[in-house]
Amino acid sequence: MSSERAVAREERDGEQDTDPDPVTTGAESVVRALENAGVEYLFGVQGGAIMPVYDALFDSEMTHVTMAHEQGAVHAADAYGIVTGKPGICMATSGPGATNLVTGIADADMDSDPVVALTGQVPTDFVGSDAFQETDTTGVTRPITKENYFASDADSVGDTVGEAFAMAARGRQGPTLVDLPKDVTNGDTDAEPGPAETPPTYEPSETAEERAVERASEAFTDAEQPVILVGGGVIKSEASEELRAFAIEHEVPVVTTMPGIGAFPEDHPLSLEWAGMHGTGYANMALTLTDCLFAVGTRFDDRLTGGVETFAPDAEIIHADIDPAEISKNVEAEYGLVGDAAAVIEQFDAALDESPETEAWRAQCQEWKREYPLDYHIDEDEPLRPEFVVEAVDAATDDDTIVTTGVGQHQMWASQYWTFTEPRTWVSSHGLGAMGYGVPATIGARLAADEDQSVVCFDGDGSFLMTCQELTVAAREELDITVFVLNNEYIGMVRQWQDGFFEGRHMASDYNWMPEFDVLAEAFGANGYRIDEYDEVEDTIEAALDDDGPSVVDVHIDPQADVFPMVPSGGDNGRFALRGDHL
Amino acid sequence: MSSDEEPPKRGLKGPAPEERARPEGRRNSQGIRIDPDVEAEQPPRRTTITALVSNQPGVLSEVSGLFSRRQFNIESLTVGPTQNPDWSRVTVVVEEPDPNIDQIEKQLDKLVPVIHTRELDDDAVRRELVLVKVSADDPQRIHAITEMYDGRTLDAGPQTVTVELTGSERIIDDALDAFRQFDVREIARTGHTALARGETKTSIAPDRVKTDE
Ligand SMILES: Cc1ncc(C[n+]2csc(CCOP(=O)(O)OP(=O)(O)O)c2C)c(N)n1
Repeated sequence: MSSERAVAREERDGEQDTDPDPVTTGAESVVRALENAGVEYLFGVQGGAIMPVYDALFDSEMTHVTMAHEQGAVHAADAYGIVTGKPGICMATSGPGATNLVTGIADADMDSDPVVALTGQVPTDFVGSDAFQETDTTGVTRPITKENYFASDADSVGDTVGEAFAMAARGRQGPTLVDLPKDVTNGDTDAEPGPAETPPTYEPSETAEERAVERASEAFTDAEQPVILVGGGVIKSEASEELRAFAIEHEVPVVTTMPGIGAFPEDHPLSLEWAGMHGTGYANMALTLTDCLFAVGTRFDDRLTGGVETFAPDAEIIHADIDPAEISKNVEAEYGLVGDAAAVIEQFDAALDESPETEAWRAQCQEWKREYPLDYHIDEDEPLRPEFVVEAVDAATDDDTIVTTGVGQHQMWASQYWTFTEPRTWVSSHGLGAMGYGVPATIGARLAADEDQSVVCFDGDGSFLMTCQELTVAAREELDITVFVLNNEYIGMVRQWQDGFFEGRHMASDYNWMPEFDVLAEAFGANGYRIDEYDEVEDTIEAALDDDGPSVVDVHIDPQADVFPMVPSGGDNGRFALRGDHL
Repeated sequence: MSSDEEPPKRGLKGPAPEERARPEGRRNSQGIRIDPDVEAEQPPRRTTITALVSNQPGVLSEVSGLFSRRQFNIESLTVGPTQNPDWSRVTVVVEEPDPNIDQIEKQLDKLVPVIHTRELDDDAVRRELVLVKVSADDPQRIHAITEMYDGRTLDAGPQTVTVELTGSERIIDDALDAFRQFDVREIARTGHTALARGETKTSIAPDRVKTDE
């Protein structure tokens, strides 16, 4: 909190009344609704149309974190939502402030992350006149929000914000937005907002239909090669415990999606880690040959399925999801179980008379682990392998460390070579794949994490360049984060595709010039480090992690390093490439 | 391949794609398991979907945005008030294969202002209205054809005649074919609106959203 505000608050609270003052304006009602919902942090950038709300925040206990860019605000709120499970809040002014939020809102929508965006808007009388900084924000964000609202009057605006909060959090989570015309927030009202509630028409089903559960459980018992496919929904509905107990009791191999990373411990023998385009060979083999797939909280994204024609083609699919529209959307499910993941797993467990007989199948899965290990070649005289750096940071940190990423090769190396064991420790941009997610997400995750939890980011040089200005926030707020830039001086993932599919024609993928990221970090007020050689890795990682406050480690890696395994887009998961000549 | 083999300098070790075990089955492009030897895609069919929605700003753009974003093929979309001033009825005629019809219903249901959605049965009562304006070259024949299709003449001037016709899609199509023997100047069709037949309810509004009528 700024000291100016602290002094003003102290003076005001001198009389130490405990009840909050009654609201007098729409803006105060907005702030009260957020306080009632238990909000601690807001991430945003000031501006004309949202100023009344900021002014009302002056007197609030909630902490506002001023970000450098609105994209930073929404990514920080998104990561906060992922780590806490509660909606992260971001704020922006009308026009460019709101449009700068769009990338992050789309990201939250794709990954079902709970986020509430509050945007200023020109006064109601000016709407439609192409006024200064007027953008049709609800129109722009309608396809990328779970629900959005145009606040109509000062009396109801607090309730609208409460509803937006509840909608973001309940059922299948997602982003919501409230557009706040300035006359509404400036308007007089004494209407105290009620509790944050979803509208009466919104009724996500908690438990699945009993008969469907029973039929599905019979199919599961009869399976010889069953797999449990765990999506991000398991983490979002706090079902990791139930899932672990279920898989271990019935001895069924577990594959996760990328957003599902952390739901099941990757060091457990039943874990095949994650499947899809860059998933492990053993996970993709198991998905390709399974005869019964129990999929929970996943939307069968194409990066997971590859071409649907060859996705688990021998399997009966049991699909549990809170969103009925996900059942049979991309891949037909023989059994659709609509309900909350934790509840459905419990129902399913109770209905299961007998565990499937999986001994031979488990042995086969172990065999695939031996056949397709994530082993890489190290030569100390050659440039540094990125996989080695990821493993070294993992070794130097505790199990509950939170890992965030940008988008590209580094994101895949981080997810492949880090051993995740806890839910809510993997924070990444999956469905949208938004470069620039890393640094601001690290800030949001840091504020959401427990104090003794470490937060590290693996970023790409290109991704880092998109949002590194948010380091200024980390420095100002003295946030203890460590960003490892896996620097290949390439738009690496694009370079890899050009080598694989465009005859090595490196069009616009070679940066040719990159700043010294360690020096740049220092200019922002962070600590800067650099690694070039294998023998610098351990000590430098140690030093950077030990530093209080933000640190950036510019890690110069092998610019030619590629990500494998790889299923080319729309390809056959079972025919993943292990080397360039398999493509 | 032994597991103690050194990893290659680039990439990972392990059997090449053609050396691996293969599944027997296959799915079609709709993700449905099929006999691998036959290419079975579900063909599109024409059907009517009805949705009861609450009157809020933006609801129509939410509904139409959904169809364009998910590339569902709409033949017609109509909206109008209902017995309850807080609700409107949206009637959509689509031509899609079964899995997509299922998706349309589910995606519509997800929209917060949508109170109830369903696909209407084949025996539902459906009507469309069309206005057709033709050159008044042969007023008697125009009149005869209008009568034949139970139409009404709304405007008869020295240059043009405008006729109203209502009916099922097939009747309207036939009627318009018949009118093409004249010089058709303009046509306006409303698109379908429909209700379930007899005692069957077109839409079921849950008690909690019922307002005083
Ligand atoms: C905002 C945005 N723009 C473009 C892309 C397309 N894209 C995907 S990966 C990638 C390269 C990322 O480069 P870098 O951050 O350096 O990571 P690397 O792949 O080298 O690890 C690009 C350009 C994207 N995902 N997001």
